[in-house]
Amino acid sequence: MSVILDPSRLTIHKAHELLKTGQLSSVELTRACLERIQQVEPKVSALVTITDRLALSQAEQADRLIASGDSSPLTGIPVIIKDNMCTRGVRTTCSSRMIEDFVPPYDATVVEKLNGARAVIVGKANMDEFAMGSSTENSALFPTHNPWDLERVPGGSSGGSAVGVAAGEAIYALGSDTGGSIRQPAGFCSVTGMKPTYGRVSRYGLVAFASSLDQIGPLTRDVTDCALVLNTIAGYDPRDSTSVPCPVPDYTRCLSSGLGGVRIGVPKEYFVEGMQSEVAAAIRAAVSKLEELGARADWGVSLPHTSYALASYYVIAPSEASANLARYDGVKYGFSYSDTDNMWEALEKTRQYGFGPEVKRRIMLGTYALSAGYYDAWYLKAQKVRTLIRREFDQAFEKFDVLVTPTSPTVPFRIGDKAEDPLQMYLSDVCTLPINIAGLPAISIPAGFAGGLPIGMQIIGKPFSEETILKIAYAFEQATDWHKQKPNI
Amino acid sequence: MRLGREEVLRIAILARMGLSEAEVDRFKDQLSHILESFEILQQVDTTGVPPTTHPITLVNVLRSDEVIDSLPQNMVLMNAPRKDGDFFKVRAVLGET
Repeated sequence: MSVILDPSRLTIHKAHELLKTGQLSSVELTRACLERIQQVEPKVSALVTITDRLALSQAEQADRLIASGDSSPLTGIPVIIKDNMCTRGVRTTCSSRMIEDFVPPYDATVVEKLNGARAVIVGKANMDEFAMGSSTENSALFPTHNPWDLERVPGGSSGGSAVGVAAGEAIYALGSDTGGSIRQPAGFCSVTGMKPTYGRVSRYGLVAFASSLDQIGPLTRDVTDCALVLNTIAGYDPRDSTSVPCPVPDYTRCLSSGLGGVRIGVPKEYFVEGMQSEVAAAIRAAVSKLEELGARADWGVSLPHTSYALASYYVIAPSEASANLARYDGVKYGFSYSDTDNMWEALEKTRQYGFGPEVKRRIMLGTYALSAGYYDAWYLKAQKVRTLIRREFDQAFEKFDVLVTPTSPTVPFRIGDKAEDPLQMYLSDVCTLPINIAGLPAISIPAGFAGGLPIGMQIIGKPFSEETILKIAYAFEQATDWHKQKPNI
Repeated sequence: MRLGREEVLRIAILARMGLSEAEVDRFKDQLSHILESFEILQQVDTTGVPPTTHPITLVNVLRSDEVIDSLPQNMVLMNAPRKDGDFFKVRAVLGET
């Protein structure tokens, strides 16, 4: 090996260069990541499963492909997959006791696409159980720790994915985002995380949480890597009838540094009461930086229905979850209570012992909102408010190319701080969940620190405007060095 | 919106969720607290506003009627907690309440 290999500083595009020019082999890179995993995993606990043997055999195959001159940008590069995406032959737990031993007989479409690119899967990432949470504390297996401060949460629900990237266990990761579950942990761990437009990436093989909100996306070390991963995972899939058949551009082609003519709106409702002042200050400074780069910012945009988004989301998402999670009945797969001959008792006890507290809470909440006599007042009402929120975004995008907000109202909080108060925990998604309600694309990129803890900036675009978002994020990244700072771990 | 124990138990039956006594009490308080804070939804005037079920306009998605491969039966059954030959094994359904 002719280069000094620190897998925690390598990007996909840099690693690809090294692989293509023979300065590095995929097996060497994969070994370096696996060593890094051994070194940091006792501190951060980001991974549910380490797939070392699979990774090394995939790396050997990748090296053969690279030697034949037929590699693509993700070939031979180690990735971590959130443990709610099916991997054939590798257990997929959703960090739940309910399916702790579930081994999928098929691959999710995104996994198939990564395998097609000859990526190297080094592990499956810890998460809040069934992706329900904002701190990864709801994992039924173990909590994950933030590498910037091990006593703090990494965010969630894709906490393991974000930590894996931040701590150097792999070069990038896949997460899923239902109300902020890619962007909020990306912000908390100072990595780049994108939730694409609803329908941009196939959800086939993603264990369903809330089907009208869920979307898969990349967590990476920079914006170029984000574009590269999106190039591979985006696109129509006949197996997901909500994936949209519009062409996938080369997302790296929009990456240029000038922002002349770009119109940015800064919605005042996202600088909420209770927001940490350092976070608001960092985002204001970041918007000023975008202005310096040529963008025009309007600081007085108002999206008045924002204050209803949290309630609308936490009616709709649990309602959809209560329907989706009805499948866990102890018959087809997963945990099954066996100490009875009574069908109903078996069903109820399977769910009582298989699900953790937050999952039960949301199933109960959703069941209530959908039940006879309450449907109109809760579920239907929330869906009508959803329409108003979407319309408000549509109107804003008549005037602006993107909206810029903080990703979260605070820096990462301490493990245990919000665990006993579900409503407080829900508030940490307040800046991200309106975007899922409207089905829009958004990215979180590193935009500063307060007391050594990361702050993320969220850039939101109109449907299928990922290129505009990536272009603005890239220009900001080129003009700043927040993304180059790494945790000491 | 205060939920009582009976309301929580009614929801638990609908959800087929077994709950311990302690969970019933905890959910009674937590769900009440959450729902109370969500009552702000009722302040929004939604007269004439249609509901959004999906962020994209969905139309019927059809495919041509061609036979495609599906998973072999043994793989479909490989995670089954109880099976009998080529079948999922379930407890008696008839005669139960």
